[in-house]
Amino acid sequence: MAETKTRKGAVKADVLKPYGVTPELALELMRDMLLYRRFEEKAEEAYAIGKIGGFCHLHIGQEGAAAGSIKALREDDYIISAYREHTQAIAKGVPPNAVMAELYGRVGGASGGKGGSMHIFGAHVRFMGGHGIVGAQVPLATGFGWKIKYRGEDSVVVCYMGDAAVNQGAFHESLNMAAVWDLPVIYVVENNQYGMGTAFERVSDTDMQHKSTAHGVPGTSVDGQDVLATYALFRKLAQEVRDGSGPKFVNLETYRFRGHSMSDPVSGTYRSTEEVERRKKEDDPIAILRDKLFAGGFLDQTGLEELDGEARRIANEAAEFAESSPAPGPEALYRNVWAVENPHGRLYFDGRRRD
Amino acid sequence: MAVLTYREALNQALREEMHRDPDVFLMGEEVAEYDGAYKVSKGLLAEFGPNRVVDSPISELGFAGLGVGAAMVGLRPVIEFMTFNFAHLALDQVLNNAAKLHYMSDGQFDIPIVFRGPTGAALQLAAQHSQACETYYTHAPGCKVVTPGTPADAKGLLKAAIRDDDPVIFMEGELLYNTKGEVPDDEDFVIPLGVADLKREGSDVSIITHGKMIHVALQAATKLEKDGVQADVLDLRSIRPLDMDAILTTVAKTNRVVYLEEGWPYAGTGAQIVSMIQEEAFDELDAPILRVTQADIPMPYAKNLEILAKPSAERVVEACNKVLYR
Repeated sequence: MAETKTRKGAVKADVLKPYGVTPELALELMRDMLLYRRFEEKAEEAYAIGKIGGFCHLHIGQEGAAAGSIKALREDDYIISAYREHTQAIAKGVPPNAVMAELYGRVGGASGGKGGSMHIFGAHVRFMGGHGIVGAQVPLATGFGWKIKYRGEDSVVVCYMGDAAVNQGAFHESLNMAAVWDLPVIYVVENNQYGMGTAFERVSDTDMQHKSTAHGVPGTSVDGQDVLATYALFRKLAQEVRDGSGPKFVNLETYRFRGHSMSDPVSGTYRSTEEVERRKKEDDPIAILRDKLFAGGFLDQTGLEELDGEARRIANEAAEFAESSPAPGPEALYRNVWAVENPHGRLYFDGRRRD
Repeated sequence: MAVLTYREALNQALREEMHRDPDVFLMGEEVAEYDGAYKVSKGLLAEFGPNRVVDSPISELGFAGLGVGAAMVGLRPVIEFMTFNFAHLALDQVLNNAAKLHYMSDGQFDIPIVFRGPTGAALQLAAQHSQACETYYTHAPGCKVVTPGTPADAKGLLKAAIRDDDPVIFMEGELLYNTKGEVPDDEDFVIPLGVADLKREGSDVSIITHGKMIHVALQAATKLEKDGVQADVLDLRSIRPLDMDAILTTVAKTNRVVYLEEGWPYAGTGAQIVSMIQEEAFDELDAPILRVTQADIPMPYAKNLEILAKPSAERVVEACNKVLYR
């Protein structure tokens, strides 16, 4: 590893140079990941006391995947995801308050309380959801790519999915079309190794990295627990795609430290407690970056605690905002079923009359 | 006014709307180089180029979803299914995405997309190619469902569907493509969704129907006329939105109703409409409402069996006589 002298004269490992990342950016990534961790812990707490209902899938352990990939994008790039998307929404610019209020099902939520944990949307920042059917967001991403090409724009689409999604037809149909039409889409598997409780190798006879090969879409694997490596890869891929390379596929290797959803156990028959504890110890994306920043002299324990305090403050404030935001009123029930309520005929069949 | 085939009327509507709005594009199997499996898109590739008239792979789920995504970000896709029988593969994208994204996002995304193609049986295509698919889509809030039965309706309703900001399921008929009729040349000839059309006026019995069954209803009305019975034939034209006022008007006029549809009876469109009539016009009825539908079986191939399975003018006449207690 390259070495450099700090102002104090001590020799420090130049931990950032291989990634082409400035200290400021690295600290920003640390700040982001801490926020995602504290935000999700707050959601976990709120779920436990019944403030959040339904399904709630936490991103704890996978913060590096979200922070590193999204930081490499432009504001006018699109991202779309599945249902483990709270932190990705925040990363793309949906305010934490709006994300938490959506989990609470309140009017201040990103989707007005109509979507919940799995359906967070932020059209204004091109965060395209929040989708609950495994793999079904992949054709939508392909459609965003189609529009970019149709209009001659230079945005890029990043489409996240879990590892289980690559066994869906929607994935293969989409990659084929994206390749045939050279669409500017990066298809990203956040590969946490388990589709709910089914280990990937139990439902696939081929490696993840090769899932795109048959479609002529180049695939790359990266350690998603290394936020700097993730950032460096996505910066490169986004530029290539923007320059017209056609679609890409990324196997973003990561690990989930919690159960599939809040209603599922962290470990059990499908993975051992020892495995989870070992991965938490060895593969925590926050600890990995922390060690690098400490080694490089870019951050110390006090600085880390300050960043962490700020993250906790934002997470707490999000929960307070959610708590204070009212539940949607009954007038919201029928609002936005349709974009256009045609002036003729009935659209509703539950006894509700137009007039 | 020109006399056009149903196919030409659809083609004209597509052409006019593609000229009017550069965000409208057509995608589907065989729509471009082949000119469309049923030639609805004939000449459009030459006129608009391969960016706007696009041959898709045989991936109904994939290209339907691509269309929904493109609609979310401002384009106005027209997605052609070679037939709606194949659209079952795409149901997830239509029902879970197109129909729900506006609501789930609390209005952040409009989904101005048209899914179109023929529905229902043609001739001896057997069970997998002979299904009337309306009710799969009418069942889901978020979808609008349109079923034109004449060339003029095909043109006016397709233009309305393309201009609508919601997903519209636009269901044509294989056996209708060659039928002819007068069609207004006006580029702004748009028939609003949710307005039924009285295709024939009578005062003795109401035959309410939609899509290609209007022709069976009209044949039945001609037969009934020979017996001195005058039938009102009401073509719903769109099932969501539904012109309930027109339904109540014909019920009040004749007091006797037969619902005719191409699809299966169980939870069919007719079941819904019968329910609404009895809720809202019970006192107007002089007889129980009867339905004429396809037999409640998968469509058989053998010609004689297929004839037995399909709704026919004879069965409509029989049902009308029953509600007239004749």
